[in-house]
Amino acid sequence: MAAPIIEVRNLTKVFGTVVAVDNVSFSMEEKDFLVLLGPSGCGKTTVLRMIAGLEIPTAGEIYLKGRLVYSDEKGIFVPAREREVGLVFQSYALWPHMTVSENIAFGLKVKGMKAAAIEEKTAAITAYMQLDGLRNRYPQEMSGGQQQRVALARMLVSQPDIFLMDEPLSNLDAKLRLEMRAEIKNLHIQTGATTVYVTHDQVEGQTMASQVAVINNGILEQLSSPKTIYKRPANLFVADFIGSPAINLIEGATGAIDTEEGTTVSLERDFWKAATLYKNIQSGRDIIAAIRPENIAVVPEEGFNTIPATVKTVLPSGSETVLRVNQGDLTLSVLMTREVELFPGQHINLYLPPEHLLLFDKATGQLLNLPEKTN
Amino acid sequence: MPPSAARYALTPALGIRKRRDIKMFSRAKTYFRKPHIVISLILLVILLFIVIVPFGKMVKDSFVWQFADARLSRNSHPGELTLFHWKRVFAGPLTQNILIRPLYNSISTSLGVSVFAMVIGAFLAWLVARTDLPFKKIVASVAVLPYVIPSYIHALAWLNLFKNDRIGGVAGVFQYLTGISPPDWLSYGYLPIVATLSLHYFPFTFLLVSAALSSIDSRLEESGEILGASRTYILRRITFPLILPALLSSFILTFSRVLGTFGTPYFLGTPVRYYTLSTQIYSNIINRIPSVGYILAFVLIAISSTVIFVNQRMIGKGKSFVTIGGKGFRIKDMPLGSLRYPFLIAIIALFCAAVVLPFTLILWQTFTLYPDDYSIRHLTLLFWTGHANTAFAEGEAGILRNPAIIGAAWNSIKLALTASLLAGLLGIFIGYAVVKGRNTRLAFSVEQLSFLPYLVPGIAFGALYLALFSHRIGPLPALYGTFFLIVLVCVAKNLPFTGRAGITSMLQIGNELEEAAETLGARWSMRFRKIILPLSLQGAISGFILVFITVMRELSLIILLVTPETRTLTTMTFRYQEQGYTQFSSAISVLIIFIVVCGEAVSKKLEKRSPANR
Repeated sequence: MAAPIIEVRNLTKVFGTVVAVDNVSFSMEEKDFLVLLGPSGCGKTTVLRMIAGLEIPTAGEIYLKGRLVYSDEKGIFVPAREREVGLVFQSYALWPHMTVSENIAFGLKVKGMKAAAIEEKTAAITAYMQLDGLRNRYPQEMSGGQQQRVALARMLVSQPDIFLMDEPLSNLDAKLRLEMRAEIKNLHIQTGATTVYVTHDQVEGQTMASQVAVINNGILEQLSSPKTIYKRPANLFVADFIGSPAINLIEGATGAIDTEEGTTVSLERDFWKAATLYKNIQSGRDIIAAIRPENIAVVPEEGFNTIPATVKTVLPSGSETVLRVNQGDLTLSVLMTREVELFPGQHINLYLPPEHLLLFDKATGQLLNLPEKTN
Repeated sequence: MPPSAARYALTPALGIRKRRDIKMFSRAKTYFRKPHIVISLILLVILLFIVIVPFGKMVKDSFVWQFADARLSRNSHPGELTLFHWKRVFAGPLTQNILIRPLYNSISTSLGVSVFAMVIGAFLAWLVARTDLPFKKIVASVAVLPYVIPSYIHALAWLNLFKNDRIGGVAGVFQYLTGISPPDWLSYGYLPIVATLSLHYFPFTFLLVSAALSSIDSRLEESGEILGASRTYILRRITFPLILPALLSSFILTFSRVLGTFGTPYFLGTPVRYYTLSTQIYSNIINRIPSVGYILAFVLIAISSTVIFVNQRMIGKGKSFVTIGGKGFRIKDMPLGSLRYPFLIAIIALFCAAVVLPFTLILWQTFTLYPDDYSIRHLTLLFWTGHANTAFAEGEAGILRNPAIIGAAWNSIKLALTASLLAGLLGIFIGYAVVKGRNTRLAFSVEQLSFLPYLVPGIAFGALYLALFSHRIGPLPALYGTFFLIVLVCVAKNLPFTGRAGITSMLQIGNELEEAAETLGARWSMRFRKIILPLSLQGAISGFILVFITVMRELSLIILLVTPETRTLTTMTFRYQEQGYTQFSSAISVLIIFIVVCGEAVSKKLEKRSPANR
C-alpha cells in the first residue's frame, strides 16, 4: 500500500501556557477531503498552519507524501516554501500591489519559469477560473467572489498535490458561499488533490468532506465520515456541536422496559420512560440521552414511547417548522418538515423512536456502545 | 523494542543527556529559521549600540575625573572615580546657578508654553472641527505652518523686532520705528521665550485635538441637547471630557519638547544670562565641563521620561472612550452666529503673528545693508548674491555664492536624505520584527528600545553621543567630527517615529500576505523585496518626508556634534547669529524654510495619492 499523502502523528502545539493542539494524529490517502471542524479558537487553523509549515509545532511528526517534514525528535523542520502545498487563506491574502495576473504568476516566477511559459499557464488558469476580463485588475477592484477565485487560481497554477484551505468561504455572503462550495468540491474532484479544509461552519463541513475531524480545545474529538459524525457522535461535544437546531439532550438514568422484542434498556425520567435499542446496561446508571430534533415526531395519540408535552413556541421558516416544546422542566426542539397547525399552549404527544435515542455516559460524556446490528 | 531505545536503556544517563542535547540543538536550529528572529537579534544589537551604550558611557563619564577638570579642582586625577561632578551640580556652592535656576526656568517656560499652546490649539481645533467657521479648510491647512518651520526662527524674528541696543547689539525694528528702546523683559528672557515657542507649538495641540474631536460622534452631544442641556453645558460636560485625553497628551508632549528645545532659549535667554537646562548643558559642554553637562542631561531625561510615562498611563486608561467609532457616525457644525467673522479675524491675526510677521521680518532683514537700518533706501541683495567684499561681514560672500554655506546646504540635504532613508528602512525592519514576533520577549524589547530615544530631549541626546563617540571604542575610531556620527544621531532620535510607522503599516499588511508567498516557495529575501517592502513603502513615504523635514530643521540634537566640516544650514544660522551677522542668519533661515515648506508640500501631495484610495 502506498504511503499516506498526509500523516500527522501526535502533533502538539503549545503557545506559552496554552495547549492549542493536543496530541492530534490522523492520516489521509490520495483524494481525501478532510474537513477540520470546530468552534473558533479550537486549534483547527493551527493544525493546518503546521501542515503548511507556517507554524513550528511543539512536538510530534508530520509526513507529506511520505517525506518527513517535521519531527521534534529528529530535529527536522522543512519550511513552508519547500513543502509544495497549496494554501488558501481566509482573507485570500492577495497582494494589493499586484494585478490579478501578477498575483497568479508569482509562484511560477519564484520557480524560475520562463516568461512565455508563465504567460501561457497564467492565461490557462485565468480562463479556467473565469477571470479572463479581470487580468489587469487589482484585488481591491473586485468582488469578494472574484477575489476568492483569484486566490484559488494562484494556488492551482503551481499544481500542488495537497490543498490546504483555511475558512476560504467565511468572508462571502450566503448565496455566493453556496456557489463557491460547489466550485471547490468540483475542483477537488477534477484535480484529485488531497485537501484539508478548515471551517467552523458545520453544514459546510458536512457537505464537502469525505472525512470530518471535529476538534475542540485542541483535542481531536472524532474523525469519521460526515454521516457517522451526524448519526453516531462519539461524545456529547460532537453531538451538541453538529446539527441545527442543536440536538436535544435529556438527563436521566437507565432502566429496563418491556417491548415487543423483549426487554431493553430504557431512558428513565421522573415521570416517564422511553425504550432504546441498547442492551446489557445495568439499571440506574446516570446517562444523558440525545435525540435530533428531526427525529422526534408529533403524534395524535399516546402510545409506545410517546411522552406528553406542551407547545411553547412555533418558529416556521418556509419549508420547515421548529417547535419548542416543554416536557416538565425540559425544553425540547422538534423539527418538522411539513406544515403544522399548532399553537403555543397546546398539549401534544411526542414520539421518541428507540432507534434514534443515543445514550451517553454522564460522567465521561462518551457515547455508549450500541449493539452492532442496528443501522 | 526498537534498537535505539535498547541502546539508551544500557546507558541511561548518557542517553538522556544526549537526547536532550539533540533536542535543544534542533529547537535552536528551527528557532533561527524564522527570519524575524534573526532580524530582531540584529536590531537588538544595533539598538543597544545606538541607545543603551551611549547612555551607559554618559553615566560612567559623570563619575570619572576628566582632563579638563584640572581647572576646577586641584585634586583631580583624570580617569579615576569621583563624585565631584554630582556634588558640584547637586550640593555645591554653584548649585543655585548650575541646577536650580535653570531647572526653574526650564519648567516655568515649558509650563507657560504648554498652557498657551494648548489653549490656542484646542480652541482653534474646536472652531475648525465643530463650528461653521468660514474657510475652515484653508484655516486647517495653514494652521500647521508655524510648526513646520524651525522653532528658533520665531526667536530670530522676535529679536529682529524687539531687540534693544543696550545688550551688546543693534536696535530692532520696534526701536527703529518708534525710537523707544524696548525694556529687557520684552526683548529677552521668559516672556519672549514663552511667546515665540507658544506660537510655534500650538499647531501640535491643534492636530491632536482635531483628531480627537473628529472621532466623536456628534450624536453624543445631540443627545445632551435633547435632554435640555445648554450649549455651554454640553461643551463643558460632554465634549470636554471626551477630548480630555488628547488635551492632556498634547500638554505633556509639548512640555517635554520645550524642555529639550535649545535654539530659542539660547537666542532669547543667554544674552541676559537667562539659562534653561538645555542652554546650561550646552554651555557646560562648550566650556569643557562635559560631566556637569551630562548630569544636567540626566535631569532633563528624568523629567521628560517621567511626564511621558505619566501621559502613557493616562492615555492607556482614557483610550476606551476616545475611540468611539461605529456606524452612522456624523459630525454636525455648531453655528457661531454673529461671532463667525470676529473669530475668523482673530485667526488671521494669529496667523500673521505666527507666520507672516516672522517670515517678513526675517526676509526683510536679509535685504538690510546695516543690521539696524530697516529703511527702504538701504536695501541690498548683498547678503544673497554679493561677491566677497571686505567692507561687509568680514568679506564673506552672499549666501548663494558662499562656498561655506553652499557646502552646509549640501551637508543638510545629504544628512536629511540619508538619515530619513536609514531611519525609514530601520523602521520597516522594526515593524516587521515587532509584528511578526508579537507577544515574544524579543519583539517586546526591540519595540521598547526603539522607543527610548523619544524620552531623551534633543540636546541631551546630542550629549549622549558626544560622551560616547568622542573617544575611540575598541576597534571603532572616534566618530566625533564625522558626518556619519551626525547621521547616526539623527537616525537614532527619529527611530521612535519610523518604528511606530513601521509597526502600524506592518499591522495593516498582516501576516498572511507574506505567508502566501512563502507557501508558493519564495525565499525570505524575495518575500521582503516583492511583498513587504513595496507594501510598507507606500505608507512609509510620508514618514520618510516627516523625518526629512525634522532633520532639515534640527538644531538641538546636532549642535554639540557638528564641526566645521560637518556643519549644516541650521548650525550655520546659529553661528552667524551668535556673531551678530543677522542678515546671514536670516538669509539661511529663509533657505531652510523654503526647503522645509517644499518638503511639506510634497508630502501633502503624496498623502492625497495614498494607497488607501487604490
